[in-house]
Amino acid sequence: MFDINLALQIAAPEALLAIGSMILLMLGAYGGEKLGRVVSLLAVALLIGAAGVAANAPLGMVFNGAFVSDPMSVYAKVAIYLASALAVVLGDGWTRRNGIARFEYPVLIVLAAVGMGMMASAGDLMSLYVGVELQSLALYVLAAFHRDDGRASEAGLKYFVLGALSSGLLLYGSSLIYGFTGSMRFDEIAAVAAGGAETGLIFGLVFLICGLAFKVSAAPFHMWTPDVYEGAPTPVVAFFATAPKFAAMVLFARALSEGFGGAHDQWAQVLVIISLISFAVGAFGGLAQRDIPRLLAYSSIANIGYALLAITAGTQAGLQALLLFMTFYMVDTLGFFALLMALSRGGRPIRRIADLAGLRKDKPVTTIAITVLSLSVLGMPPFAGFWGKFYVFGAALQAGYWIVAALGLVASVVAAFYYLRIIKVMWFDAPPEGEGAVDPSPRDAQWIGWAAAAFSFPLVLIALTWLEPLARNAATSFGAG
Amino acid sequence: MPYILSIVTFLPLVGALAVLMARVMAKSEEAAAGPARWIALIASLVVLAVSVVLVAGFDPSNPAYQFVEMVPWFAGASYHLGVDGISILFVLLSAFLLPICIIASWSSIKERVAEYMIAFLILETLLIGVFTALDLFLFYIFFEGTLVPMFIIIGVWGGANRIYAAYKLFLYTLLGSVLMLAAMLYMAATAGTSSIPELTAYDWPVGVQTFLWLAFFASFAVKMPMWPVHTWLPDAHVQAPTAGSVILAGILLKLGGYGFIRFNLPMFPDASEYFTPLVMVLSVIAIIYTSLVAFRQTDIKKLIAYSSVAHMGFVTMGIFAGNDQGVQGAVFQMISHGLISSALFLCVGVVYDRMHTREIAFYGGLTSRMPWFAAIFLMFTMANVGLPGTSGFIGEVLTMVGAYQVSTWAVFFAASGVILSAVYALTLYRNVMFGEITNPALKAITDIDRRELLIFVPLIIGTIWLGVYPAAVLDITQASVSAVTAAYQTAIGG
Repeated sequence: MFDINLALQIAAPEALLAIGSMILLMLGAYGGEKLGRVVSLLAVALLIGAAGVAANAPLGMVFNGAFVSDPMSVYAKVAIYLASALAVVLGDGWTRRNGIARFEYPVLIVLAAVGMGMMASAGDLMSLYVGVELQSLALYVLAAFHRDDGRASEAGLKYFVLGALSSGLLLYGSSLIYGFTGSMRFDEIAAVAAGGAETGLIFGLVFLICGLAFKVSAAPFHMWTPDVYEGAPTPVVAFFATAPKFAAMVLFARALSEGFGGAHDQWAQVLVIISLISFAVGAFGGLAQRDIPRLLAYSSIANIGYALLAITAGTQAGLQALLLFMTFYMVDTLGFFALLMALSRGGRPIRRIADLAGLRKDKPVTTIAITVLSLSVLGMPPFAGFWGKFYVFGAALQAGYWIVAALGLVASVVAAFYYLRIIKVMWFDAPPEGEGAVDPSPRDAQWIGWAAAAFSFPLVLIALTWLEPLARNAATSFGAG
Repeated sequence: MPYILSIVTFLPLVGALAVLMARVMAKSEEAAAGPARWIALIASLVVLAVSVVLVAGFDPSNPAYQFVEMVPWFAGASYHLGVDGISILFVLLSAFLLPICIIASWSSIKERVAEYMIAFLILETLLIGVFTALDLFLFYIFFEGTLVPMFIIIGVWGGANRIYAAYKLFLYTLLGSVLMLAAMLYMAATAGTSSIPELTAYDWPVGVQTFLWLAFFASFAVKMPMWPVHTWLPDAHVQAPTAGSVILAGILLKLGGYGFIRFNLPMFPDASEYFTPLVMVLSVIAIIYTSLVAFRQTDIKKLIAYSSVAHMGFVTMGIFAGNDQGVQGAVFQMISHGLISSALFLCVGVVYDRMHTREIAFYGGLTSRMPWFAAIFLMFTMANVGLPGTSGFIGEVLTMVGAYQVSTWAVFFAASGVILSAVYALTLYRNVMFGEITNPALKAITDIDRRELLIFVPLIIGTIWLGVYPAAVLDITQASVSAVTAAYQTAIGG
């Protein structure tokens, strides 16, 4: 009955990463800091290797339903591992330049990647919780990675306390769901909840949703996001904002669509409210921000609202939209943070929007790249972000959520204001007086940023022709309506 | 020429790339300015030549889309281009105005010339793209895309309060457009196609039509702009550089009217009929109210901007009359206004380049120093008022004849708007041109030079020619407009 060979093949990417991270840890611990760069390189190779293995993994369900491999998990894992690899590259250069290089950084990212892989493949509540915790523990440490910096420690602590709270909610919700259905497996829960969830089960479901909403930083569970984005080291934020969000959104979609497909009408109400609040908080909260990471935090809250709207639709079109939207959002965000890391003036990193003034004189290509990325996140056609929103709103309208979709679109106009401000400051404003030119950019961050911008436009128009069928195929995984 | 529509659409983009190359290869910003101007001018003239070839090859008797190109794309959308008798004229108008914009900016733009030319050429691609796109989403991409270069043109090369104006333009228009996007996504999902010709034939339930009509109306009414969502236009015009105003008044405003003819009227005929009184009232308010507002302006550009809103009122009135004369008149009025308002903004540019102010009170008695300019300015002022013999007359009369069949009262009030336009236009002319020169700063003002004359000559020829021989336009639009109005009248059972 239990086929250990198949099980190992299906779990091969995570097993590879788990064993690899242990080896890297040994290498770092015994080799000392002079092997730091080697550890980073090996971590990148490991993550890319895991992405390759994941892409070719067999499909199926093993470990008594706890671990699932389907087109959805495959798509998610490839995206997550590649994003993690980029985060290692970005972090390696950044920590080195800021004198806080430690071999633990790549190891922690690989460990987080194991957790994210489990989240993408979670087939029951137990692996859901273990995956989330494994990922979160690595992230708590990463947030406080710059340990001599007070703000980073503060960010780490805040993230830890609120993360622990959300894990508690998640666990409590899971126990309620287990108690009312008698099973932890999503497919068995689905059978119980086929005709809609009873009251007790709804309680469990709502706790589960709240716990996950904390992890993806959807409003009103978003309070930690701006502070963590502001305080944590920039490459760590670049990582936080991309791969873990993707993994959590996939987990969100799987738990709800697969475990509670029959109770769609019930959880959709909750998600609609969360999406609407996220649109509003993201759009209006961002208006007053002067600090770029904080601004991006609010932007991420609004974007998570859009992603949740795609899940709310509850259709295959919605899941396809979710994958495409998150992919494009991930590329844009990584690019944004990479360029932010590439910019400094007189040795001090550029953090405030006003610091970007007159950037077009010193760094024309980077200015164009930031413009493209801003327009993309804003949702201007024909940039990548537009296509993400295009699929999300298309799916939402098709599923009949046209009021929510219209409000989301209106919120995106409000949010447009702060993306435009970035463009305005770079293009229209004169450079600050009495301050020197922008420093030469480190090559790694700059090229990753440029590549992300080139993907946003024009490469996305070519990429979509193969991403779209991939995502459509992945969306068939859950057998949603 | 095969793929002529793709060529005419993307040729300006090639020009923009060439300018970019010149900028990258030049040693400094100043060194790139000269080549940038010439490359941009040549590129825009080539586009004009190609579009003339396009018009020459067009069969006006055929109401269907011609020169159609179709390649399937992703998301059910397709790269689908084609022109009919209505859109081909706007393609020509865009190609016609762009070289004029470039020559008009020849010496008045001194900073970041290469970027300026790139922005204009990209804008031209997007504008032509809007008129040639036959796919909903392709249309949306071009339509929305125009905002970015316009935002940059106003924001970088605009006047003192340019940031405010640029934001206002962008956010106003974006708000309207996202509602249109929602409607488009709904239509594509319901009808299973995003092809404009197929959607035109699709029969929408009456209740759905109302919502879709309103969503499209939100977008096009802002773009047009109709009262009361017109307030972004005076700000944008006043702050934009001269050529920016020309493009804004000459073509960007026409996207709204074009959208009404392409989407609202034929796709949602029942809703259009239902909302006709609303549109008529808004149009009449626009004509009378903004004419009165124009009369009170102290800034020449703002005055002309308000007069644009008033003239667009005639266009909306004509379109929603829904008959041949009305829609024909609306198209004609848009083309004519594209020439006249462009010329008026260029006239403002002429004096602004010399004196760097647009205050009406600053000027007076220019006729004695600038006889040539006085003649040209007078001609376009008269055309703006709608003097017979100029193209402005034909457009206003046709739209009123069309609207008369739907609402006598609307035309009654609109006709009084014609008088009001004479009031503000002639007052402006008197204050700026006639009388004694009292301001000593004006003593040394010079008449227009050859370059400036060169940009006015084609506009003068166009205005007079269309005024005495309107069939030049009407023959081309006739078949396509009749197809639209006939379908509309059948749909509403009239």
